[in-house]
Amino acid sequence: MTTTVLEVRDVTVRFGGVVAVNQASLTIKQGELIGFVGPNGAGKTTLMRVITGMVKANEGQVLLTGNDLAGMAVNQRIRSGLALAQQIVQPLRAMTLLENVALACGAAKTDNPFTAMLSYERQSENNRALELLSQVGLGEVADQEPAKLPLGYLKRLEVARAMALSPKLLLLDEPLAGLNQSEAKALADLIKNLNLDGLTILLIEHNLREVMRICPKVYVQDQGRSLAFGPTAEIMARADVVQAYLGGEYFDAASQ
Amino acid sequence: MAYEITLITTMAISILFALSLNFITGFCGQISLGHAAFMGVGAYTSAVMLKAGFPFLFTIPFAGTFAGLLGILVGFASLRVRHDFLAITTMGVVFLFVGLVRQQEFLGGEIGISGIRGSPFGRIGFMYICLGLAAVFAMFSLAVKRSWMGYVFASIADNEDISRVLGIDVSKYKLIAFVVGTSTAGIAGALYTQHFRFVGPDSFGFVESVTVLAMVIVGGIGSVWGVAVAAAFLSVMPLLFQFVNDFKILVYGGLLFCMMRWAPDGLAGIVSRWIKRLRSTS
Repeated sequence: MTTTVLEVRDVTVRFGGVVAVNQASLTIKQGELIGFVGPNGAGKTTLMRVITGMVKANEGQVLLTGNDLAGMAVNQRIRSGLALAQQIVQPLRAMTLLENVALACGAAKTDNPFTAMLSYERQSENNRALELLSQVGLGEVADQEPAKLPLGYLKRLEVARAMALSPKLLLLDEPLAGLNQSEAKALADLIKNLNLDGLTILLIEHNLREVMRICPKVYVQDQGRSLAFGPTAEIMARADVVQAYLGGEYFDAASQ
Repeated sequence: MAYEITLITTMAISILFALSLNFITGFCGQISLGHAAFMGVGAYTSAVMLKAGFPFLFTIPFAGTFAGLLGILVGFASLRVRHDFLAITTMGVVFLFVGLVRQQEFLGGEIGISGIRGSPFGRIGFMYICLGLAAVFAMFSLAVKRSWMGYVFASIADNEDISRVLGIDVSKYKLIAFVVGTSTAGIAGALYTQHFRFVGPDSFGFVESVTVLAMVIVGGIGSVWGVAVAAAFLSVMPLLFQFVNDFKILVYGGLLFCMMRWAPDGLAGIVSRWIKRLRSTS
């Protein structure tokens, strides 16, 4: 039996009177690649933020490899095995791509400030960073600063930097958004390959074509609720999922 | 000769003071408009202890500790407020400090504490102590900048939310920056007390806080040697040129404006651009 990496149990998030996430539950097992889809406003990013600790859930639990993450700050959750590539790319602008990734590679050295103060050697982290950048196709521009590079590159930098943390679970928040079709396909292939190498991934994505191509399983959320979870082809053919995506009125009109 | 000794001692104290702010603002990106308050805490601590008969060197660790304790408090504020709000908060700290000191009888109130005895090491010996401490802290700063701690500081200065997502305990690092920077400012304060043999509430106010920030910005935020050069230069300008002394705020304010407008990376940035240009032409 494969181990459970992440378990989200009945999470509810309210912003004032608005219920952004309503009793959402989700289980991810070791080695899975799960597409997390749902229409705009479904609460996908909010649930992701609950997992990373940027948003506090009003109810429910998040467990990473069986440990409750309640009360842990973002950085502690990262240390316990999560990594996040954000929807809006945020490189450290004063650093080169290599420095961006190498900093994440040095997690062992930055955990304790006093260890950090007494550590100077960066060679092994730089080597690993270059390896990761090459893996996402950025080896050539490793010494460039992010400001000069197009969005497609920065999206891949986000992925490389998240991988540098050697996570148990990689959270990707719309990595394909803003990319053209060939860029999106290339990055989707990369994500698929990472998963084939054994990395467990939760992928929030609007690009359904790519999700259906690379994800064996999908989790669908609508209006904050867990709508469906299972094999991709089967779920995406379900009437309620199609209705959630296309809107009730359209569906009613079409069915008449 | 005595005049030169005074100039060099003043320079050394200013370098130490400016580098202490550089640790917080330059390395870790936390703006402070109230840094003189920490120097003031150190200066008053040392003054009271000297008056009570303690030896000068003995007062230095106390000056550093008390300033550092206040630094932890302000550091905690920096965990809650950022950027402009932190600037305003730290500005509040310096006004609060001056306001409180003015009311305290045992700190000399408005008049301050005067008649502090001279250094037992003589003027030259004291000058060497100041130069030595400034050099040690400059070396420490350079070492930290090169270390992984400096790397983390740079990431926090760049974008602290991203630092968190990379697993960095931003709060811990910020507090360390504040403690190191403010306790060093306290030590600079102890040197100030011994140097001028007088402390008063007006010596550690908002103007002095802006002056030290000007030193850091003119030198180049984060650059150790740039800040040291700027501090050395700007600290003696009012002593050398009467008009600078008369229009201190105007001169420093103008300099600050020009730097922010045309060379936000300060002297260090200007020089490194020159070097780059020279290399590319040769």
